[in-house]
Amino acid sequence: MTMIQKMSDTALYRSRQRANLIGLTLSMFAMFLGLAALLWILFVLFSNGFAALDITLFTNDTPAPGSEGGGIRNAIVGSLMIVGLSVLISTPLGVLAGIYLSEYGDTSKTAEFTRNVTDIMLSAPSIVLGLFVYAIAVAPVGHFSGYAGSLALSLIAIPVVMRTTENMLRLVPGSLREAAFALGAPRWKVSLMVTLRAAKSGVITGVLLAVARISGETAPLLFTALNNQFFSTNMEAPMANLPVVIFQFAMSPYQNWIQLAWGAALLITLTVLLLNILARVFFREKVKS
Amino acid sequence: MNTTSDHSQQNAKSAVLAVAKRQLLQDALFHRVTQLFSLVVLVALLGIIISLFVNALPTFSKFGFKFLWYVEWDIIKGEFGAAISIVGTILSAGIAMILAVPLAFGIAVFLTETCPVWLRRPLGTAVELLAAVPSIIYGMFGLFVFAPVFSEFLQVPLQSVLMGMPIVGWLFGGATNGLGIMAAGIILAFMVLPFVAAVMRDVFEITPVILRESAYGLGCTTWEVVRKVVLPYTQKGVIGGVMLGLGRALGETMAVTFVIGNANRLPTSLFSPGTSIASVLANEFGEAEGLHFNTLFALGFLLFCITFIVLSIAKWLINRTEKSKGL
Amino acid sequence: MPNTNNTNLKNAIEIRNLNFYYGTFKGLSDVNLNIAENKVTAFIGPSGCGKSTLLRTLNRMYSLYPGQRAEGEIKLYGEDILSKSQDLNLLRAQVGMVFQKPTPFPMSIYDNIAFGVRLYENLSRSDMDDRVEWALTKAAIFNEVKDKLGQSGLSLSGGQQQRLCIARSVAVKPKVILLDEPTSALDPISTAKVEELVSELKADYTVAIVTHNMQQAARVSDFTAYMYLGELIEFGETDQIFMKPTRQETEDYITGRFG
Repeated sequence: MTMIQKMSDTALYRSRQRANLIGLTLSMFAMFLGLAALLWILFVLFSNGFAALDITLFTNDTPAPGSEGGGIRNAIVGSLMIVGLSVLISTPLGVLAGIYLSEYGDTSKTAEFTRNVTDIMLSAPSIVLGLFVYAIAVAPVGHFSGYAGSLALSLIAIPVVMRTTENMLRLVPGSLREAAFALGAPRWKVSLMVTLRAAKSGVITGVLLAVARISGETAPLLFTALNNQFFSTNMEAPMANLPVVIFQFAMSPYQNWIQLAWGAALLITLTVLLLNILARVFFREKVKS
Repeated sequence: MNTTSDHSQQNAKSAVLAVAKRQLLQDALFHRVTQLFSLVVLVALLGIIISLFVNALPTFSKFGFKFLWYVEWDIIKGEFGAAISIVGTILSAGIAMILAVPLAFGIAVFLTETCPVWLRRPLGTAVELLAAVPSIIYGMFGLFVFAPVFSEFLQVPLQSVLMGMPIVGWLFGGATNGLGIMAAGIILAFMVLPFVAAVMRDVFEITPVILRESAYGLGCTTWEVVRKVVLPYTQKGVIGGVMLGLGRALGETMAVTFVIGNANRLPTSLFSPGTSIASVLANEFGEAEGLHFNTLFALGFLLFCITFIVLSIAKWLINRTEKSKGL
Repeated sequence: MPNTNNTNLKNAIEIRNLNFYYGTFKGLSDVNLNIAENKVTAFIGPSGCGKSTLLRTLNRMYSLYPGQRAEGEIKLYGEDILSKSQDLNLLRAQVGMVFQKPTPFPMSIYDNIAFGVRLYENLSRSDMDDRVEWALTKAAIFNEVKDKLGQSGLSLSGGQQQRLCIARSVAVKPKVILLDEPTSALDPISTAKVEELVSELKADYTVAIVTHNMQQAARVSDFTAYMYLGELIEFGETDQIFMKPTRQETEDYITGRFG
């Protein structure tokens, strides 16, 4: 009998094989569990949400407590406005800050510190950000507002855009920058017209992901934009928005409210998933070409 | 002798010099403006710490350090302690991590080792998309679908079987309506799982192929390669990823508020209702005034400190991993 | 000083006592060299000899990176470009550079050329059109791209991209053009085209070219500088260097005994 045949007969080898089988089977099981959870949640969301899907969802405003029917038009419009303003604030800010970290921030200790803080803020509890914006933008003026809501969401979006921009810019080869400098271009033109352009698709992906992230955030809006039962486009006053509507309606005893909450939940999830998929496809397309 | 061509050359030259001078100014401006914007995050951090602390001061000065372990929440009498919500926060996050980390590990191993290659990208994407689903969806799922299922298929049987037992019996007492600390922990686990799994998978994928191949070349089984080569190599990154997940679980509001039961008392069993810092804030901020209001800020301050510390440790660990790989 | 210029030739660049440091590592030691106007000067030598380092001092490209510094004197038509008061952007507008890897900007072919011109000149649309056409013609690529000026520069082949980069450098009408191993990433046919170009460019520009390909240096240059470990070993007319080098080290390199 050869040594290999002898070795494969031993109990040690057999127990190693067993451990391997158990370990890998368990990991496959974990994957199935994870997938099952995903499918369960999506199934629940889609079935309850579609039941609520109806043209009145988009044409009617949120109903008063106890009254029948209704829709979430004001919440949809409100969310679009709040998120939209937030994107307008956080994109230029985040991109320029990301440019700073990438183009100027190689040796500075402050830049390194800023990077670390940004990463921490990425995962910080959003409810605390809501408290902060309440303290600086709501309490002083005495009322909630759509503007405060946008501010709170911007504080969440800016770190996301900053880090993605910096990472994408760092991927641009140094020789491209040097080629622009070699023509006598000033640094700001090199950064904006050459380097940023080369990283364009990655930066846009970062913005899309930031939008997806803030579209679903509830806690920061609870203390800033609050909610509004009626249709309003006044950003200076409390504004209806989908996440807070879901929060208030889902925990209520009214059947139509709960159904509207499901409808809103479906809308938000579809938007977020679509944005994520768009970001991936867009980025992959550009990288391929 | 100045000819016209000399003149036009002079003009061209001074035009170019003017452009150069303007550019130096523009560059200086660009540098300062971008630098200013990059400081926004630091300013925000400082602002958060200061504004939270200032608004929490009345509560801190009234109770002092006792606030941290004072078990009381009486709005009318103005007696508040952070203990109840801190316990709820830590318990629910702890349960979530205990459930999620092994599963996330299993998923990461599957995606990097056993999964057939053509399936890797779709499944990996599915995991990442799950991580992007807003947490309020998990909350609704927990309240409307999971709670009744949990109650009927897990809580009632577990309670009837285990409650009489010594030592562990008390864990399974309490209401079996599907809400409570355990439910919150499980829903949090649902939420945190995809995130931690994605981080672990990313970290596992960075392991150099050569290291893996050397182990296989010695006759190691796949499981051994994972345990003895990949895991030690990515150790810090894995722990960092776990701590990132913990940081998120501690600060999570919506997934927890829907199912934790919102009772301002210490949980006496796994099935008791309780409250976490985030859920207290979400529920009571709307109508809080006076000392109650300040106390909520105090809780927010505490939550921020706890998560900041956890996330800093996570960042430090992940930085160390990247440095050791020469990244 | 190893410089066998004819006294009839004017020097575009005069390098005196040049030392270069990457941090504490000395990349160039006491280099003294003249680069003649409207001639092609080649820098050759084995890897790590400092030829690219030397080239990059001529447009102060190294100034982008902290920790890299040069000491000595480099005079461009009489002005010392190493002095602190030198405006770097202006310098680079007069001393252009083409890199080893083609680097078209992520813009249309037209805009690639126009980018550099727009930095310092305010041309009307038709003047700019003329300049773009002129530059592309000088780079022997106009006929291949004249119908697709609006397409991205990245849509061209490697050899075409490199000629686009040369056109880009030429368009701003610099005094000197630096070429850093411009054909090492190209196929033989594109290489031949670029080499032809280099010979034509010297009529209007001073050219300095770094190449690890000795035969290329022999083909295109008028003067050659042989470098080794950061030192200038020998410099002279190309024919003389390749046929009758005066230093043993030069002869060893040229005959392929090492390198």
